[in-house]
Amino acid sequence: MRSRTRSRAPSRERAALRYPRSVRRLGAFGLAAAFLAAATLVAAFVGAADLNPLATAAALLDKVPFVALPSSMSPLDRAVLFQIRLPRVVLGALVGGLLALAGAGYQGVFRNPLVDSGLLGASAGAGLGATLAIVDLGRAGPGVVPVAAFVGSLAGVAAAYLTGAVASRTMLGDGVATLLLAGIAVGSFLTAVQTLLLQRSAQDIQAVYSWLLGSLSAASWQQVTEILPYAAVSSVVILLHGRHLDVLAVGDEEARALGLRPGLVRLIVIAACALAAASAVAVSGLIGFVGIVVPHVARRLAGPSYPSVLPLSLLIGAGFLVLADTLARTVLSPAELPIGVVTALIGAPAFVWVLRGTRSAST
Amino acid sequence: MRTPQRLSAAVLVAVAAAAALAGCSSAGSAAAGQAPAPATPKSILVPVFPTTVAAPNGSVTIKREPNRIVSLDPTATEDLYAMGAGTQVVAVDQDSDYPPGVPVTSLSGLTPNLEAIAKYSPSLVIASQNSGGLVTGLGKLGVPVLIEPAVATLSDAYLQIEQIGQATGHYNQATEVVRNMQEEINDTVRQAGTKYRGETYYWELSNDPYYSVTSATFIGHILDLFGLKNIADAADKPADGGYPELSEEYIVTAKPQLIFLADNQAADGGQTPAIVAKRPGWADMPAVQDGNIFGLNDDIASRWGPRLPSLVNEIENALAGAKS
Repeated sequence: MRSRTRSRAPSRERAALRYPRSVRRLGAFGLAAAFLAAATLVAAFVGAADLNPLATAAALLDKVPFVALPSSMSPLDRAVLFQIRLPRVVLGALVGGLLALAGAGYQGVFRNPLVDSGLLGASAGAGLGATLAIVDLGRAGPGVVPVAAFVGSLAGVAAAYLTGAVASRTMLGDGVATLLLAGIAVGSFLTAVQTLLLQRSAQDIQAVYSWLLGSLSAASWQQVTEILPYAAVSSVVILLHGRHLDVLAVGDEEARALGLRPGLVRLIVIAACALAAASAVAVSGLIGFVGIVVPHVARRLAGPSYPSVLPLSLLIGAGFLVLADTLARTVLSPAELPIGVVTALIGAPAFVWVLRGTRSAST
Repeated sequence: MRTPQRLSAAVLVAVAAAAALAGCSSAGSAAAGQAPAPATPKSILVPVFPTTVAAPNGSVTIKREPNRIVSLDPTATEDLYAMGAGTQVVAVDQDSDYPPGVPVTSLSGLTPNLEAIAKYSPSLVIASQNSGGLVTGLGKLGVPVLIEPAVATLSDAYLQIEQIGQATGHYNQATEVVRNMQEEINDTVRQAGTKYRGETYYWELSNDPYYSVTSATFIGHILDLFGLKNIADAADKPADGGYPELSEEYIVTAKPQLIFLADNQAADGGQTPAIVAKRPGWADMPAVQDGNIFGLNDDIASRWGPRLPSLVNEIENALAGAKS
């Protein structure tokens, strides 16, 4: 950890020598925004339904205010575009942005580049909630699984946080390592309970397994509007704490000397990250690798300062997941791939590439 | 659905014990009654024990007529009771629920516990998959195990029933069951004729994600009987074993004329025709506009036992009622 902070400084200096920092930041934001825009456009135009690209473009432009374009699209094709494909693209962007932002936030809070959005029992809790809903509460209706995953995810983080607080005898989570370890313990425990439940109910294995691999295949505008409030609140809170995370990076003592309450900042950011991850997981299931890879890409683009890393993660994460989902639904078209498989297939090599780059930049 | 089963589990165990006692006596008399039946077809001479069944898991030798059968698979359970071997059954797995009154236990066919099975001192165990070292483990205790996995064709389904018949000393009744099934299914198909040939269908196994079946699956074969065309065939690839995950966009633009729902018990979180019709973007599909969405009995549609004629019938009824 210490060697990392030490090695980071010279590379930042070198970058600063090449460009003024503001130019580099601007370039990074331009690049990330262009990436998201390009991913969204591609996603809107391709899919298992072979929609005419010209008609699609006309139908899309027609939705732009003050533009009226007649489109030759049949009602069925129109429904496919506006009720099936677009909500999926938008939901993908939301989920990807939230996961990456939560991952970046956690990495800042824990001063650890290895953590991601599924941390502190968030994924395990969501998995248990979803399994419980599928196995035991399925009878209550089809909308139960997202709610159960959401609650499970938050409960998982809360349990991990409390366990860590009790273990380190401080409510404001000053023991970062203890908190992380408590998260691992709680996560393993919740996963064990989930597996136990699943053992009992063989006929639900397929449904649970599909959920665990993540999917946006049943995306709808309703899901978008359902997670939007949570997404907005959690994102704003995390984004507002960029500078605090920068201060935390120098260490608790120094942060305190600068007038910050590290424990309180940590609690707030963890709560916001947990909310962001929970709302993403609720509608998509478990999608790995976004929360860990994307913040590192953001750091490579704009340096390690959190006021840049956080919003960049949001943009890049959104674009990355939209792209991954586009692949998931087109590579084997008209069949689909689980999106978790795609993110890991692209994410793992990308991660190695990012790590290599970081290494060579610092030596 | 399971809760009442759990509640009545204790009762059923008691019934099972009684049935087992009854089974011991009646099995003997049944065997005696059958022994002189010389009208055994072809090469397999039954009910003469020991007998060796050419099962999917290799040759399985059963020394005596089994009077303590444990069934770890709902289809096998239905097969056993249909051929009159029910009195020999001492325990069935937690998912077996037909016919009513079968001795349900907490045994699992997917993650079997050898000791729990051994406690019933079975003389024959039937399962649909060899997980948890079932065959080897019970083999050490001298218990023969018949693995009858999910089938891909009707003839395989018939063959399984005959194998179970041979293993339990009910070969003649088993062939009778098969003959009746064939007749019933043939009748239904003959009545339907070529009326529905070429109509397209989408068979939904699950909706998040959208899993379907291709023509290469068992269900696909059954719908082939009516000459229907499957929209999932376009997504067929060897890797998914005939159960592709379909893109929702594709399902809608493929415009199937008929939609069948295999997971349709709303009480179980399943999808009813009403729910399907309300899915965003689905309203303009022909099947939705014509109201050609059919919920099928989940259990019948996912098993390959003696109730297959009911499934074929159910499908024919749906087709007959469909607008086209």
